[in-house]
Amino acid sequence: MDASIFANLWLGLQTAGSFINLFYCLVGVMLGTAIGVLPGLGPVATIAMLLPITFGLPPVSSLIMLAGIFYGAQYGGSTTAILINLPGESSSIVTALDGHEMAKQGRAGKALATAAWASFFAGTVTTILIALFSPPLAEVALKFGPAEYFSLMVLGLVASVVLAHGSLMHALGMIVFGLLLGIVGTDVNSGVARYSFDMPELIDGINFVVVAMGVFGLGEIISNLQHETERSLMVKKVTGLMLDKDDFKAIAAPVLRGTLLGSILGILPGGGAMLSSFAAYALEKKVSKNSANFGKGAIEGVAAPESANNAGAQASFIPMLTLGIPSNPVMALMIGAMIIQGIQPGPSVMVEQPALFWGLVASMWIGNAMLVILNLPLIGLWVKMVSVPYHLLFPAILVFCCIGVFSLANTSFDIYFMAIFGLAGYLFRKLECEPAPMLLGFILGPMMEEFLRRALLLSKGNPMVLVTRPISATMLVMAALVMITVMLPALRKKREEVFVEDD
Amino acid sequence: MSSVIKSPKDFWTGVLYFGFGAIAFWVARDYSFGTASRMGAGYFPTVLSGLLMFFGVLALLRGVTKHGAPFGAFAWKPALIITASTLAFGLLLTRAGLIVSLLVLIFGSASASSKFRFEWRATLLALGLIAFCVLVFIKGLGLPMPLLGSWFGE
Repeated sequence: MDASIFANLWLGLQTAGSFINLFYCLVGVMLGTAIGVLPGLGPVATIAMLLPITFGLPPVSSLIMLAGIFYGAQYGGSTTAILINLPGESSSIVTALDGHEMAKQGRAGKALATAAWASFFAGTVTTILIALFSPPLAEVALKFGPAEYFSLMVLGLVASVVLAHGSLMHALGMIVFGLLLGIVGTDVNSGVARYSFDMPELIDGINFVVVAMGVFGLGEIISNLQHETERSLMVKKVTGLMLDKDDFKAIAAPVLRGTLLGSILGILPGGGAMLSSFAAYALEKKVSKNSANFGKGAIEGVAAPESANNAGAQASFIPMLTLGIPSNPVMALMIGAMIIQGIQPGPSVMVEQPALFWGLVASMWIGNAMLVILNLPLIGLWVKMVSVPYHLLFPAILVFCCIGVFSLANTSFDIYFMAIFGLAGYLFRKLECEPAPMLLGFILGPMMEEFLRRALLLSKGNPMVLVTRPISATMLVMAALVMITVMLPALRKKREEVFVEDD
Repeated sequence: MSSVIKSPKDFWTGVLYFGFGAIAFWVARDYSFGTASRMGAGYFPTVLSGLLMFFGVLALLRGVTKHGAPFGAFAWKPALIITASTLAFGLLLTRAGLIVSLLVLIFGSASASSKFRFEWRATLLALGLIAFCVLVFIKGLGLPMPLLGSWFGE
């Protein structure tokens, strides 16, 4: 067991360590950091925007680069949180509390270094965790039948509601709406073109990149234009990037706790970076000796959520890689990328494509190391990018969205559809209907239908098969529990509080 | 608005969900429903559109019973300009070519910002972006986009 893990990681390091993969890893983390630092550009829109470019790459390189964008953006998001109190990513909201306070006291360098080292440590631990836990999990998953898969997807969709803003009902509706959108196109079983309205372009269904770019790219641009603000940099020059012995002593325990909490919460479907960072900050505030200083520039208040969000972000790869279930929109895009590359996501990836699987895992560790080595010296560059005016930036984003979408099928039809989804995305935001669950539903829709079909075919039409098979039943019970907990008044209030800080 | 709608966000979400659900339900009538063991093309869509209508009704009911936050201002100007310039880019791309359609997209969309004004720096940036796109996407990646479209006889 142990020996095989090292053999696997060694294979991964060899794959990820090849010149071309190192290059794409570097490109990914640099782009990711830039995105996290630049105003008004989220990782979902960016990954959707860059997906078409990666189609020409080998599958390993393209996934390595996309993963790099994801955790690089996490890192860049913390930089803006610390420097200008504007979290670039929802997961770095809590980092801003103490991180920006530290910056005000002239300790911006220390806060940034803490964030970098905490993330790196968490990334290292999570890489090992992925290596340890993925094989047994995939082994279990290989025994899954269609009923188990269907229930697992139900659980994943329900769990995504927990993290959605606004009311529960809106989020559930968005999931169903996404599932319906996913149905558009030819039905594999009967060959009937569903919801195609006699448009030949719709016979193959709507490309998920079009939906993601429209809703997250264009929709966000419109939203940002409504609330245009200038970013002002208080810290012009960042110095003192070194941590001394006392600092390391202070952050050791918080980083450990944050990493642990982040990896547990990250594995849960619907969990991930944001939930992890909130939970870690709350925990640290309770247990830390220094808790009186929290909110006033406590170094522990940066270390804990930063390690947790990186651990959570990386742990969310576990369900994606082993089960083929996305736990957040970024993972949904990764799954889409795998499908386009001709890889069927699921437990068989590890067996059939060991180099791809372990290469991706190892690249995360390498990428995290690159972030520490490159970003601390490059901080001057990121500081400059923080204050790029949005009105110069968004037309460029729009250009890349349009060309990217056109390149999918070389047709303007997709551009029109993206425009419509952009408008819809803005409307959803105004109605407080979170688009993330919709995207998950959209990606899972066709798979769910197929698995339900097969499950019911095997059981001769008896729906009880979903509850009589133990694993399937467990997952449905978990889904029900998640629903009930979300509806409990106490938690509901807490959830609303959390999101208030976000707005 | 009227006193009937107490929570506009819930109400309009309800209208949207119910409307989409009803259309999807209506269209799905043409697909064979099948049986549970042999699901037809219409089975899954019908069930889903039923669910969506159900959530729509729930949201509608909440919209007329519980008080909620107002809808807030709708950013008509950016919404229309961004959508229109994107559509224009799609329309012009094969007809007028990449250069012209990018000019329309960049300057069209930029006018959605309240900070938009013609100045040499922004114009230079826009021209640089166009040059970048031509070099990378047409020369480099070989995307089938015409530099000058059918209107210019290409």
